[in-house]
Amino acid sequence: MLREDVLKAVYPRLKDQVVVTIMGAVAVELYNLGHQPNFFYLEHGMGLASSMGLGLAVSLPKEKVTVLDGDGSVLMNLGSLSTLARYRPPNLIHWIFDNESLLSVGGFPTATGAGTDLAGIAEKAGAEHVAMANTIEAAEEAFAEASEREGLSVIVSKVEAIGPPSFAMDISLLENRFEFARHLKGLAGG
Amino acid sequence: MPVSVKNSEVLFSAIKSAGITLLSALPETWLVHVMQMAEDDPDMTLIRLNKEEEGVGISTGAHFAGRKSAMLMQNHGLLTSINGIVSVAQLYRVPLLMFISYRGEMGERDPWQTEGGRVTEPLLRSLGIDYRKLSDPSTVAYDVRQAQTLAESSLRPVALLLTRDLMWEE
Repeated sequence: MLREDVLKAVYPRLKDQVVVTIMGAVAVELYNLGHQPNFFYLEHGMGLASSMGLGLAVSLPKEKVTVLDGDGSVLMNLGSLSTLARYRPPNLIHWIFDNESLLSVGGFPTATGAGTDLAGIAEKAGAEHVAMANTIEAAEEAFAEASEREGLSVIVSKVEAIGPPSFAMDISLLENRFEFARHLKGLAGG
Repeated sequence: MPVSVKNSEVLFSAIKSAGITLLSALPETWLVHVMQMAEDDPDMTLIRLNKEEEGVGISTGAHFAGRKSAMLMQNHGLLTSINGIVSVAQLYRVPLLMFISYRGEMGERDPWQTEGGRVTEPLLRSLGIDYRKLSDPSTVAYDVRQAQTLAESSLRPVALLLTRDLMWEE
């Protein structure tokens, strides 16, 4: 399964949520589907997208917040799975695309290819709703359920280690940052 | 325990007066009372971290959502947070306010704290992070306001170092 195809399938739903992606392929693929002011691409700080999602979710209780994460980033901050499960904001979806590699730096294999089970870790960290979704249909269904549910949802999807032909995005980091914050201010009624 | 309850109250009250409603923290001896006050206060959200760097992400999310927050940690927590501070808070211009217990400074008896104490201020200077040492309880509220004002106008992290003189009584 290609991550790009999954994103395409769930894009209509993502469009209405506050979305944080990690750097690299997933950011470019979402951007190419159509940038929205409620999309933020964390282009560095690997591991912290999920922490950012937590900060957003507890601060915007009326919004659904989705973090599009990856195996490499999650492995850098495994403690975050435990912190998210501990505080379990009802409006947070943590979606981990596991391509078993550090794709954007040349495809070096990560520990998930050697048996580390991120869904298992999330579950044992205390997350109540953990879904494995490895087909487009399963991913659409898992994300629809997570979007409707009041409760922290974790989705882990195995995807191929294939990214976009170009990593270029016509939006600067700070442009994205200020547009995103201004949009959220509007949502919060400020 | 000779951690000052009175000055912990002064600090917590200054944090509240600054409009901060979200604290992410990792416990350490000097911070136990402040953390308990945060836990007991219905208007304060306390997120207990597994590792301090998570707090950088949490405060970034909170700031983008328009909420005032701060991190509460030991100076060794600052050491583990450096990448997040540089590659999220500084890269994305986040007014990250950090309350840092300054272990390993003059008067430190725990040998294991001493190396962290030696590098704390040089590290903040090399990162270009403005900081102030808090030791006089009568100026704490003012210093917190000043730090928050600078963080918000410069859109950069600012640190307040909680010294032994402020946090400890013996």
